[in-house]
Amino acid sequence: MADRTVQFRIKRQPSPDAPARWEDFELPWKPGMNVISSMMDIAANPITKDGKGSTPIAYDSNCLEEVCGSCAMLINGKARMACSALVDKLEQPITVAPLSKFPIVRDLQVDRSVLFENLKRTKSWIPVDGTYDLGSGPRQTPQEQEEAYPLSRCISCTICMEVCPQFNEKTGFVGAATISQVALFNEHPTGKVLKEERLHALMGDGGIHECGFSQNCVESCPKDIPLTRSISRVAGDVMVQAVKDFFTR
Amino acid sequence: MATNPKIIVIGGGLAGLSAVIKIAEHGGNVDLFSIVPVKRSHSVCAQGGINAAKNLKGEGDTIWQHFDDTVYGGDFLANQTPVKEMCEMAPAIIDLLDRMGVPFNRTPEGLLDFRRFGGTLYHRTAFAGATTGQQLLYALDEQVRRYESEGRVTKYEHWEFLSAVLDGNRVCRGICAMNLRTMETRTFPCDALIVATGGIGAVFGKSTNSVVCTGSAQSALYQQGAFYANGEFIQVHPTSIPGEDKLRLMSESARGEGGRVWVPKTLNDKRDPNSIPDSDRWYFLEEWYPKYGNLVPRDVATRAIHKVVYEHHLGIDGQPMVYLDLTHIPREILDRKLEGILEIYEKFVGDDPRETPMKIFPGMHYTMGGLWVDFKQATNIPGIFACGECDYSIHGANRLGANSLVSCIFGGFTAGPEAVKYAKGLQSPSASNGIHESERKRQEEINGRLLRSEGTENPFRIWRELGELMTRNCTVIRYNKNLQETDAKLVDLLHRFQRVNLSDKTMWANTSFIFARQLYNMLQLARVIAQGAQLRDESRGAHYKPDFPDRDDANFMKTTKAYFAPDADEPRFEYEAIDAQYITPRPRKY
Repeated sequence: MADRTVQFRIKRQPSPDAPARWEDFELPWKPGMNVISSMMDIAANPITKDGKGSTPIAYDSNCLEEVCGSCAMLINGKARMACSALVDKLEQPITVAPLSKFPIVRDLQVDRSVLFENLKRTKSWIPVDGTYDLGSGPRQTPQEQEEAYPLSRCISCTICMEVCPQFNEKTGFVGAATISQVALFNEHPTGKVLKEERLHALMGDGGIHECGFSQNCVESCPKDIPLTRSISRVAGDVMVQAVKDFFTR
Repeated sequence: MATNPKIIVIGGGLAGLSAVIKIAEHGGNVDLFSIVPVKRSHSVCAQGGINAAKNLKGEGDTIWQHFDDTVYGGDFLANQTPVKEMCEMAPAIIDLLDRMGVPFNRTPEGLLDFRRFGGTLYHRTAFAGATTGQQLLYALDEQVRRYESEGRVTKYEHWEFLSAVLDGNRVCRGICAMNLRTMETRTFPCDALIVATGGIGAVFGKSTNSVVCTGSAQSALYQQGAFYANGEFIQVHPTSIPGEDKLRLMSESARGEGGRVWVPKTLNDKRDPNSIPDSDRWYFLEEWYPKYGNLVPRDVATRAIHKVVYEHHLGIDGQPMVYLDLTHIPREILDRKLEGILEIYEKFVGDDPRETPMKIFPGMHYTMGGLWVDFKQATNIPGIFACGECDYSIHGANRLGANSLVSCIFGGFTAGPEAVKYAKGLQSPSASNGIHESERKRQEEINGRLLRSEGTENPFRIWRELGELMTRNCTVIRYNKNLQETDAKLVDLLHRFQRVNLSDKTMWANTSFIFARQLYNMLQLARVIAQGAQLRDESRGAHYKPDFPDRDDANFMKTTKAYFAPDADEPRFEYEAIDAQYITPRPRKY
């Protein structure tokens, strides 16, 4: 072992129905290393701290620049992106575990497809007529762009859902990421044509009323998206819509 | 024959999603395969913007000027017909993305804002902050999700492409793929296949590419008979942030917005960069290239930085690094136009680039080469189309910044309808019985051999050696002797691959197993790059040989076409004349 080493405790679970266990690793320290580069080092030499042969750790990752949203996990108990978790800034041993609120696949891999299903349910898109040339889009002021852009930077990492006390099987809460996308598309000059449908999708079981305003989402978002602002805006619209529905249905 | 054709698209980045949208719009049904959920594809990493000659700045920019800049920037290696078509389509592509809700930056009047990029003198690059690729990908992802909810598109996410299913006439009839969780190997029939699998960064170990950019699919098809063209043309981006796990891109837009590259004039100048006066700084790009300054094309900037570091020995603190300085630009402009990339630097390096000059160095970024396609994006295997970074068609010997996003969408928009047209005219296979089953068996035999292999080699360590070898000898500066040694070493690595021992032999979400399969394909593709580079005795665009410093149009204004010789288990090469009917080649001097 090199003079300076890094200590890891990583939660391992070979398959969804197998029991989980913890494994310890000790790696040579390198400047600038992060949690993903450390797991790459383990893959090249899968030996535990006490010298036992192990296997490379299964985890999701792709861009390693905190923009693809793949590598969300619990690092020292905190939900965050592993690529930007710099080892030198973490207390050791560094514990790494999968997100806790999504079905486990293996080790640190979880199934987060629920978010993409929610985006489908809320029609989170602009209904363009077609891809043929119909000229430019609607004019927008720089201020409108500056409102929309931060919401559009959501990387679907699901950290806001992981940290939300209301996001669980009992409530079926849709979570902040989806609500914020609804806010984005409802504000768009073309996107707002589906506003009513989106608001209806956020009523009823698991809808926006499940939000308990814990603010955990906005505090944990790696992209600093103003999630609570989106939620209060959409909640207001849902309320207005419900009143409208009451009188027109 | 197929009235409602079934098309398979591999890859859910900009190119793949563009193709999917067009096919769905043309009435086809699409199966979309991707290693990662498509919203997490590598296109999200594109930062600076997308080019189109909209001429909204009163500069007199034209489509022809965009065309000329692209062909000239590519050092006259690209066939001109598809480049011209792309530049013609580009303004409509921007309009469409605008209609799809991409939050492009705006002018006070509410029109799209444009910035300057390398290799042009015009403001031609539309942008959404400094995360343009992410914003474009999301817009297309949303449209595909819409088609998915209508039942027109079926996504197969967490699947790895292994091979094409070819009939007795070598016509594509489907694919063989592997589920990355259940590890099931399965074939899927189709009338046409579109490959949109992006870059090959992993062949170079560390690059600006994402983890999935291994080139494995392209290599598998090359080994099945597809031509791989211009493999030796590899773009090394001048400004990346060196890291343990990857080289993170520092967008060209940093220079487009006024960023300046410099080094202290004396080695080991220990002063804080902010306290070094202008008179003690060497702005070498501005000195060497007064017309384009910091916005020379990428190959030129990369070689200049190399020269300063390795010939003038003026890297910061003697290290291979130079400064990229934004500190003279007002903070509010930086935050409005470049926030995404400044955030990356801040998070991964720990310094605030608004306050301190960034330390950067060139890093492998993009492959100009790729699957050979005709002017309709068709490969030489009937029924297989390719688009995006994985095809070779647009960028010649060097890609201009902000041309990749437009080339991906152009490629997808062409390949999609062409695949539908092909599929509608397809005759039913005469003897297709059992072709799917036998391809599945062939792949399962490969899987079985890999699982049973009892050697001592770790695939991740072979990969690290591959990356170091390719980065050392096949990037910025190339010598024939080193290239020859590289190929010999690759043969050696292929031998060692036969003795791979997977520490994990389970058949559930086994990431090292699938990595080993990718690694084999990377090694085969690396030989195409190394040998192609050795054979090209000239310097053109990103391909630079000090022993042959000039462009040699008489002998090498040709497309390199590599094909796999199965018996010899190695590449063979032939060359094809360039379509240069619009712009006569001229010396490239910035």
